[in-house]
Amino acid sequence: MAVEHVFPDSAAKNAQGEFETEKMSLSMGPSHPSTHGVLRLQLELDGEVVTKADPVIGYLHRGDEKIAENMTYNQFVPYTDRLDYLAPLANNMAYALAVEKLAKLEVPARCQAIRVITAEMARISAHLLGLGAFGIDVGAWTVFLYSFTEREKLYKLFEELTGARFTTSYARIGGVARDVPAGWNQKVVEFCDQFLPILEEILALLTRNKIFTDRTAGVGVISKEDAIAYGLTGPNLRASGVPLDLRKDKPYSGYEKYDFDVAVGRNGDGYDRYLVRGEEMRQSCRIIKQAIAQFPEGKWYAEDAKRIIAPPKDKVLTSMEELIQNFMIVTEGPQMPAGEVYFEAENPKGALGFYIVSKGGGVPWRLKIRAPSFCNLSILPKVCVGAMVSDVVSILGSLDFVMGECDR
Amino acid sequence: MPAAADAIAALKASWPGVTDRATLDHPAVNVPPADLLPVLGALKAAGFDMLTDVAGVDWAVGASPRFTVVYHLLSTAAHEYVRVAADCADVALPELPSAAALWPGADWHEREAFDMYGIRFTGHPDLRRILMWDGYPYFPLRKDFPLAGIETELPDAEVTAETKVGAIAAPMMGGPFVASAGEINLTDAEPRAKDESWTEKRPKPGA
Repeated sequence: MAVEHVFPDSAAKNAQGEFETEKMSLSMGPSHPSTHGVLRLQLELDGEVVTKADPVIGYLHRGDEKIAENMTYNQFVPYTDRLDYLAPLANNMAYALAVEKLAKLEVPARCQAIRVITAEMARISAHLLGLGAFGIDVGAWTVFLYSFTEREKLYKLFEELTGARFTTSYARIGGVARDVPAGWNQKVVEFCDQFLPILEEILALLTRNKIFTDRTAGVGVISKEDAIAYGLTGPNLRASGVPLDLRKDKPYSGYEKYDFDVAVGRNGDGYDRYLVRGEEMRQSCRIIKQAIAQFPEGKWYAEDAKRIIAPPKDKVLTSMEELIQNFMIVTEGPQMPAGEVYFEAENPKGALGFYIVSKGGGVPWRLKIRAPSFCNLSILPKVCVGAMVSDVVSILGSLDFVMGECDR
Repeated sequence: MPAAADAIAALKASWPGVTDRATLDHPAVNVPPADLLPVLGALKAAGFDMLTDVAGVDWAVGASPRFTVVYHLLSTAAHEYVRVAADCADVALPELPSAAALWPGADWHEREAFDMYGIRFTGHPDLRRILMWDGYPYFPLRKDFPLAGIETELPDAEVTAETKVGAIAAPMMGGPFVASAGEINLTDAEPRAKDESWTEKRPKPGA
């Protein structure tokens, strides 16, 4: 027999203020499926509504900047893989470009094209994961399965190119590790051709999905002014209506040669951030196809870079000059001029910046990593206030951050 | 003239303390700490509306000035960067005014500079550690902090009492390829290491 619980006078008592209410504090994370890594949110709740949010970061702090000060420029390349570990190819490139700026190195057109292709593939792979995880966060499991299938195909291509699926360490200062293998470009084009219809299918799972729109539209709204004031970059900034894309506005690595559109949102909510990422994947395919259609001949490293990257192994074993050079690069590092440079590249998560202070020699005096996820998360205390607890999950998913990069 | 050069010319006209800073790329200025906030405010008004990065720099133990904070501003309209550097006058207690009132995004950046270098930002709304835990006693990015770290107690006293484990120094102490921080012989600690315990004076073991 069902028991009915009736509290006839509770509403009346509440109105008279006889029930004591107090705020509850909730620690969300650091190991929580929606915090995508090890972010912890110290929430203060009034019932279901968040009244204060204090992100606690640093659980993945490895001291990358300290490590960088203690090793040569070349040795730091693999560490950049571990910043935004969902797009290591893009990180490698950003770091290489920053050091090349310091060394005043120009890489050949072929190397630039390879870097653009790999960076855009990394963008697709990062956005696919972001989208899949966002879908799971708001209860749409299927998207993840589709997007991971596509991501796997990209990883196969990465493996063929770099020898590694995940931590690629592909870019070198002044070039890339090796030329593209024969027939690889064709496989990338084939991937793009089969991916575009699948992307539409994936997006169709969400774009007009009632549950998805209910949980994201109008949730986590970030105004244009706030987005700029908090230093948001990447899709999160563009979703708020600021058309800032460094590939367009401060072109590097030959991005000015390619025709592509910058996706810009209007409302700055989670739904817009989703739409911007979806469109960016289409544009990335466009860039990749153009880069492959006009793929230049030539070297995949700069001639000048021979004083920076280690010479080929067969030469080291047979030629005296290369042996000495190899020895100098390994023991003392590539010799860089003294000075300061700051370079930002448009990575999947936003502008990844490197500020390098050099006193000359083979080791940076200071290497500051400007991590887009760090800046993007700094807005959480503002954007979470007034949201429901379940909205916090949706906001985190829509901001698409990586803690490896945030904590460094 | 590009926006950045214009803005810097205007700065130098208004604040005589502002001087050009050597740079390899973006226009850069040195600013005395007292003028820092008005200068940043003027740059923000001149269109450099996004504070993209705040980086502390330690110029070596015994250097004077030892600590500098470097700000990178981006104009979202003109797409140009400006670098603003301010030296902390006091080496023992480095201090600068906080830019958090101009850009709320400066909050976390300044907390990071405080966490890593111990630079205090006066007027910061909530200056506490951000990457290391509250109560951590050192400033890890200072040049006198060793790469291997320094053994410290974990933040939670209960956990430390139970596990008897603190935050131990990394095994990189003494060099990148030494397998252990202790006095262990490399050959014992790392069996794959080449045995070089024999020399001309000491016979090769087992020979």
